[in-house]
Amino acid sequence: MELHFVDAGEPEITPEMSKKMRKKHREALPEEQLLAAKTANSAEPAAPRVRTAESSGAGRLADSVGEGEEFLSLPQSMERRQLKHFFLAFLLLFALLLLLIWLNIVLGSVNANRAELRQALLNPQADFSAEPRIDMLRDILWKIRLPRLCGVLLLGGALSLSGFLLQTFFHNPIAGPYILGISSGAKLIVALILVVLLSAGNIRISSFGMVLAAFSGSMLCMFFVLLISRVVHSASVLVVSGVMIGYICSAITDFVITFADDASVVNLHNWSRGSFSGLSWDHIKVMAGPVVLCSLFVFLLSKPLAAYRLGENYARSVGVNLRFLRLSLVFLSSMLSACVTAFAGPISFVGIAVPHIVKALLKSSRPLFVAPLCFLCGSVFCLACDLIARTAFAPLELSVSSVTAVFGAPIVIAVLLRRSKGRE
Amino acid sequence: MVLLHAEKLAVGYGGRILLKDIDIRLKAGHILTLIGPNGAGKSTILKTLSRQLHKIGGCIELDGRALEDFSPQEWARTLSLLLTQRPHTERMSNAEVVESGRYPYTGALGLLGEKDLQAVDSALKLLHIESLANVDFMHGSDGQKQRVLLARALCQEPRVLVLDEPTSYLDIRYKLDLLQILRQLAAERQLAIVMTLHELDLARKVSDEVLCIKDRQIRAYGPTEEIFEDGFIEDLYDLPGSYNSRFGNPELPPSEGPCKIFVIAGNGRGIPVFRHLQQRGLPFATGILHANDSDAELARQIANALIEEKPFCPIGDESFAHAVKLLDGMTTVICALEEERGDYGPGNERNRELLELARRRCRMVKADLSDL
Repeated sequence: MELHFVDAGEPEITPEMSKKMRKKHREALPEEQLLAAKTANSAEPAAPRVRTAESSGAGRLADSVGEGEEFLSLPQSMERRQLKHFFLAFLLLFALLLLLIWLNIVLGSVNANRAELRQALLNPQADFSAEPRIDMLRDILWKIRLPRLCGVLLLGGALSLSGFLLQTFFHNPIAGPYILGISSGAKLIVALILVVLLSAGNIRISSFGMVLAAFSGSMLCMFFVLLISRVVHSASVLVVSGVMIGYICSAITDFVITFADDASVVNLHNWSRGSFSGLSWDHIKVMAGPVVLCSLFVFLLSKPLAAYRLGENYARSVGVNLRFLRLSLVFLSSMLSACVTAFAGPISFVGIAVPHIVKALLKSSRPLFVAPLCFLCGSVFCLACDLIARTAFAPLELSVSSVTAVFGAPIVIAVLLRRSKGRE
Repeated sequence: MVLLHAEKLAVGYGGRILLKDIDIRLKAGHILTLIGPNGAGKSTILKTLSRQLHKIGGCIELDGRALEDFSPQEWARTLSLLLTQRPHTERMSNAEVVESGRYPYTGALGLLGEKDLQAVDSALKLLHIESLANVDFMHGSDGQKQRVLLARALCQEPRVLVLDEPTSYLDIRYKLDLLQILRQLAAERQLAIVMTLHELDLARKVSDEVLCIKDRQIRAYGPTEEIFEDGFIEDLYDLPGSYNSRFGNPELPPSEGPCKIFVIAGNGRGIPVFRHLQQRGLPFATGILHANDSDAELARQIANALIEEKPFCPIGDESFAHAVKLLDGMTTVICALEEERGDYGPGNERNRELLELARRRCRMVKADLSDL
């Protein structure tokens, strides 16, 4: 009885046959793993191998498995590789961080030798009235360099995380708080409130009030950007609109500052160009809470963020609470960038560039790994840029934004090139 | 046992009803395919069944429980999705894409446990993409992406699988491969599968049930064999030509104009000739074919005239006379039958007679198709 009229060389596989084949395959797998585990773990691997080499097919299997590296399932091996990348990247960044912290403490317009530095650094409360030089050095360290260092650490991390969230949220690789105009919105509201309060009778606003003002400005611009993203589903249109919003906000800020009181203008002008100078311990106290809390929150969101990478529909289909995730993303990214803008003004390119550096280091975009490293890398990036801004043309100080732009803009171009290459 | 049950379901966007009175009763282990022209609302039904879109009216039950009663996590463990649009990812390997299907099973940070890794592994193996596991998702071909996304849906370990055009972008080998896998999954894991397909021939081969949609209406719903009756598909899609429902073979309509060519065919020899003539836009008549000849199947769809004889009978006087009469108006006769290949036998002996007659009447008689 002829049943099969298959003219190709391969025999036709009926469902029953393939079922059997797969069953066999499935049963074979744990055995292989078992063998591999045995050969890898056994105390005297030589003895069984000699015996099996002489004997039949089963032995040959054990031999071939034992010869190679240990048997891991594919996802397992990938997991390990990601972890390896993560730890290597972490070590690298952490080493850089320590180096930069040291450099930031040591370098500055006032130079000192090692012994003096150690003395000033280790005795913040001691009385140095006998040695005015160390006394001054201690004040410089503890009142200027160290708070600035801590501020840069926190704000750099916050800025990068904010960029990472915005990139994830808009599925846009060149999104960031600065380019989408969110920083400029924060700047505008802060400047407005400062100028109005100053001219109304020299009322000083608290740091916390500054953060709130910046946050409302961020949210305002975020709202506009969201509106645009709803209407136009184009990544480039979104970015261009963000840049335009940023220009409008900056123009109004300039206008406000120009007509403001003379005394307040100098400070405001520096701040509105982006600078970490003038950070004090009081500022750190105010910013540490929101920055640390928001960053932890971002880390806890890494699971839904990971699912969100495949788009909203797939995220919803695996059970992500999209409304909550979206609200959190908008809130967190605005809050993080508001903190930065309130204390250091708008700083460009950190938010865009750092997440890409991290993803390239990790060779992955997995938020569980990217989020913590983003913070770390942002700190390192900003410490380096701030160091350059402070010391390159000392005693003149550059605006941080110009330094970050020099290093960040090429990275953005590289990202764009890589993407267009991938599309071909 | 009915697993997925929809009754009087109305679907649409923004409160506007696109389709209503949808009834579905799908058993575990069965495959339901939605067919119908583009824009008929097939995807809208899929989106509503999978909770991507709110239903407008009626009810959907899964295992006797209303759709709304499932928590998002429970729902994700019950039903998984394959959508038509390909996601744009950034630095995400294929394995990572597949892993994202484990979302409803992992803890707060989404770390994969032993069981999750096994599920990912077996999904990769089932779709033969182990070797692509570490390749970036965006670097894959459309077909590879499709298989990765299907693996993602499978490692979600659902009871209902919803697939929107799963065969698009796949070449014929992977189409068949995919459908075979779907059949296996349905049988072995007792999955209920709901999908849309554009390939009717494949729909017929793989589905247990078919739902037909056209002009905002459910045209038919039932077991596959009942749906694929003669004439139904032509009507459903407004086909310009014809659809052979037995073999799932769509054809363009016969060429128009005066019919001047007669093809003596049979034993399947006529098929290449018919196709050649149709591609050149030349109308033709053919005969004398037994009704059960494969030539006759195609001739019914694309020949302008066909002379048939009852199966298993020698050619009778009536059909022969009919053929002779038809031959009168012809200028060319093509004979697709050849003695050496054994194309003649007791049943169609009189086709030889027909050929002799054509020769005697000085028609242009050809054995091949050159310089027609």
